[in-house]
Amino acid sequence: MSRPKNQNYKCHGSSKGKEREGEWDFYWCDVSWLRENFDHTYMDDHVRINHFRNHYELTRKNYMVKNLKRFRRQLEREAGKLEAAKCDFFPKTFEMPCEYHLFVEEFRKHPGITWIMKPVARSQGKGIFLFRRLKDIMDWRKGTAGKKFASLEAQPARAPTATVNPSGTHDTRSSDDQKDELPVENYVAQRYIENPYLIGGRKFDLRVYVLVMSYLPLRAWLYRDGFARFSNTRFTLTSIDDQYVHLTNVAVQKTSPDYHPKKGCKWMLQRFRQYLASKHSPQAVEALFSEIDNIFIKSLQSVQKVIISDKHCFELYGYDILIDQDLKPWLLEVNASPSLTASSQEDYELKTCLLEDTLHVVDMEARLTGKEKRVGGFDLMWNDGPVSREEGAPDLPGMGNFVTNTHLGCVNDRKNQLQQLFRSLQVQKKASS
Amino acid sequence: MLQEESDLSLIIAQIVQKLKGSSLYAQLERQAWASLQRPEIRLESLKEDIKEFFKISGWEKKLQNAVYSELNVYPLPSHPAAPPEHLKEPLVYMRKAQGSWEKRILKSLNSMCTELSIPLARKRPVGQQKELLNKWNEMGTDEPDLSLFRPVYAPKDFLEVLINLRNPNYENGDSLSFRTHLGLIQVPLKVKDIPELKECFVELGLNTGQLGIDDSTQVPPELFENEHVRIGQKVLAEQDSAAAQQYIRQGSPTALRAELWALILNISSQPEDILYYEQLKTNVIQHDLLVDSLIYKDVKLTASNDDYYFVFEDYLYQVLLCFSRDTSVLGHFAYNSASPPKSYIRGKLGLEEYAVFYPPNGVIPFHGFSMYVAPLCFLYHEPYKLYQTFREMYVRFFFRLHSISSHPSGIVSLCLLFETLLQTYLPQLFYHLREIGAQPLRISFKWMVRAFSGYLATDQLLLLWDRILGYNSLEILADLTQSLPHAAQALYH
Repeated sequence: MSRPKNQNYKCHGSSKGKEREGEWDFYWCDVSWLRENFDHTYMDDHVRINHFRNHYELTRKNYMVKNLKRFRRQLEREAGKLEAAKCDFFPKTFEMPCEYHLFVEEFRKHPGITWIMKPVARSQGKGIFLFRRLKDIMDWRKGTAGKKFASLEAQPARAPTATVNPSGTHDTRSSDDQKDELPVENYVAQRYIENPYLIGGRKFDLRVYVLVMSYLPLRAWLYRDGFARFSNTRFTLTSIDDQYVHLTNVAVQKTSPDYHPKKGCKWMLQRFRQYLASKHSPQAVEALFSEIDNIFIKSLQSVQKVIISDKHCFELYGYDILIDQDLKPWLLEVNASPSLTASSQEDYELKTCLLEDTLHVVDMEARLTGKEKRVGGFDLMWNDGPVSREEGAPDLPGMGNFVTNTHLGCVNDRKNQLQQLFRSLQVQKKASS
Repeated sequence: MLQEESDLSLIIAQIVQKLKGSSLYAQLERQAWASLQRPEIRLESLKEDIKEFFKISGWEKKLQNAVYSELNVYPLPSHPAAPPEHLKEPLVYMRKAQGSWEKRILKSLNSMCTELSIPLARKRPVGQQKELLNKWNEMGTDEPDLSLFRPVYAPKDFLEVLINLRNPNYENGDSLSFRTHLGLIQVPLKVKDIPELKECFVELGLNTGQLGIDDSTQVPPELFENEHVRIGQKVLAEQDSAAAQQYIRQGSPTALRAELWALILNISSQPEDILYYEQLKTNVIQHDLLVDSLIYKDVKLTASNDDYYFVFEDYLYQVLLCFSRDTSVLGHFAYNSASPPKSYIRGKLGLEEYAVFYPPNGVIPFHGFSMYVAPLCFLYHEPYKLYQTFREMYVRFFFRLHSISSHPSGIVSLCLLFETLLQTYLPQLFYHLREIGAQPLRISFKWMVRAFSGYLATDQLLLLWDRILGYNSLEILADLTQSLPHAAQALYH
């Protein structure tokens, strides 16, 4: 199943679809198309497109770090240290090459720990490597990325904000300018999490789907299903060169000599949640999942003011979360174009249902009232404020028995729910006509 | 009354005999001696005081659990003069059938051995030992060439044997007719019918709350789930085996299951248990057995390809390789109709002094064997705990699923129970399946032999195994198998 393009309403049966080139009501596009065409495309009111113009504020690792750091400082000023600490789900990260000096400072404070170098804009695990000594990044520096390094090292350390606009956004034109000077690829150096939670001796990460319908106000939905991606080999810190051990990305795993296509090395989130429930207390599991909710909310809030808000836009993000042995969740990255190719039958079903439900929430046919808290497998997680699980209860987090409306890894009886939902909507419509 | 009393004293004598050799006995002795220093123990009333002390300190409960465990596992002697074979299997024709089946398996194993010129057992060279020790936690990464090995037998081979079982003393006078030969199993064993099953499995009735049904999302937790969890926590606090077994008939909450099973199976991880497991591990490192390759192949073929269990591959090797070297498993052959296969030291065929049991635990794995262990990986993390639980489950329940016996929980009875229930209550479905050439038992046999492992989602499977533990019987497997066609029938209509 390849990424759908120019999707009409074929799955809904009606057709307000595109006839001629350039005329469409709904576009599931590539980010490259977006970059080239968004600015000079006129869209009618009802038209929907599946990306925000500057989504990279959230999805490019270096921008996301900057936005999160800024948001954290703001929270500390406004709400105190405790509240700000809730943003500490991102391992210490330094942008390269401009934060190299800061990185070295931190590096020297913690000798012997492992760091991971990731290219900012590449995906599928390409270009990533681990290191423990500054010597290890010498070779890398000698490459094209290093040339910029060398020139920077010659200069006194500059504040990173010099290249950033006052509003906090990153002007795409400035990075284009940089491109003309030197073919530089930006990297981030991140503290590697050395104590990941292991199942069967293997490392894994979680892929979770979050659908953002708007940033101002922030409306976000959380999909109940997702999966845990396992590394095919057993986790050990002794061989940091073995990228197959450390990278759980399926694309990387597929090239590992151990890889057996039948396996797919994935567990659905439900299974993962069940596994945790048999090993840890219900309270510990609840706490973990509510910390994961916190990651979504804080990360979205940190870019809320920076993302160019546009009523035509919505976006389905793939969040990559790593759990450590203390049951603390860490954010690895956010993907604006999560892979929609399926590696197994189960996977195919998950992704098909995910897309279907995305279309239901986007609601091109305007069937929903806008007050729904659940549509298929999606639960409304944030609606300009936290959303309560209880029916009809006011969404006030101050109340003692407030439970957030998220059900990650829980039963997903989406077919039944959709049936009931649409039936009751029809009834409402008839009643009001 | 006199007979009952003498039966009871016989049972008590047997249990006392068994427990005298256990580590619990040694511990109780030590505790009794240590308690003499306590102020409340007086010389005049020594016996009562020590009993009281045991009661308060929880040792009495431990003893009770051990006795309860013995009662569950060991069958009651039918008659003091009954020979040991009767304890294994009272019916002669069943014993004979089991004997000839075993001969076939052993022949197959020996011929594989000769064909491949691999010894049944050999000592590993030191270099290999070191290598294996290093790789102990990740044996799954090994990719040895197993193409020449084949499983010794698969469930369908076993089914053929069962289908051909006949009681030579049985002559029912009926001519060969459609009605007498509907099903595949043709032995006259007594199996329970629905009213008897209802009585036996009373806690599974519609009026009693069940986990797996009454804790679904539509049912508010106050109605059943919360109270059930609370009772479960209480049972665990009391550390009472019998209470736990009764409790688990309604299913176990996920968070409590690991502890409850340990309590019911009377597994306490004492230092000597951990040491025993380490010794088994050493045996594995030092000697290489042919069955190891069979185990390897089985895990690669079944569990590694399973969507749920592929993650636990390494644990399976750590458990199964040790299991084949565990001679304490030989104890269960006292009540198992099977007998451990014997092999002879090279060149000494037939000489009893040179006979050894092969494999050391007497159990030859078949295709799918590793699936007995896989679901347990969801519950236990430490290899020795996982190992102990699996071993207990095997010597209490799983062995019955691949040996020929007349026991009500034996596979023959389960098959007969399944066919009888299906014929009696879903005759149309039964007839239809036969018409299209799909004998129902051929489909459901493999589910039952594996106790549904790999055929049910893990959370469902564990709820099923809860009931096996709760009722100390495998009959529930036949009941479940029978209820699946109900669903099929609904679709069929």
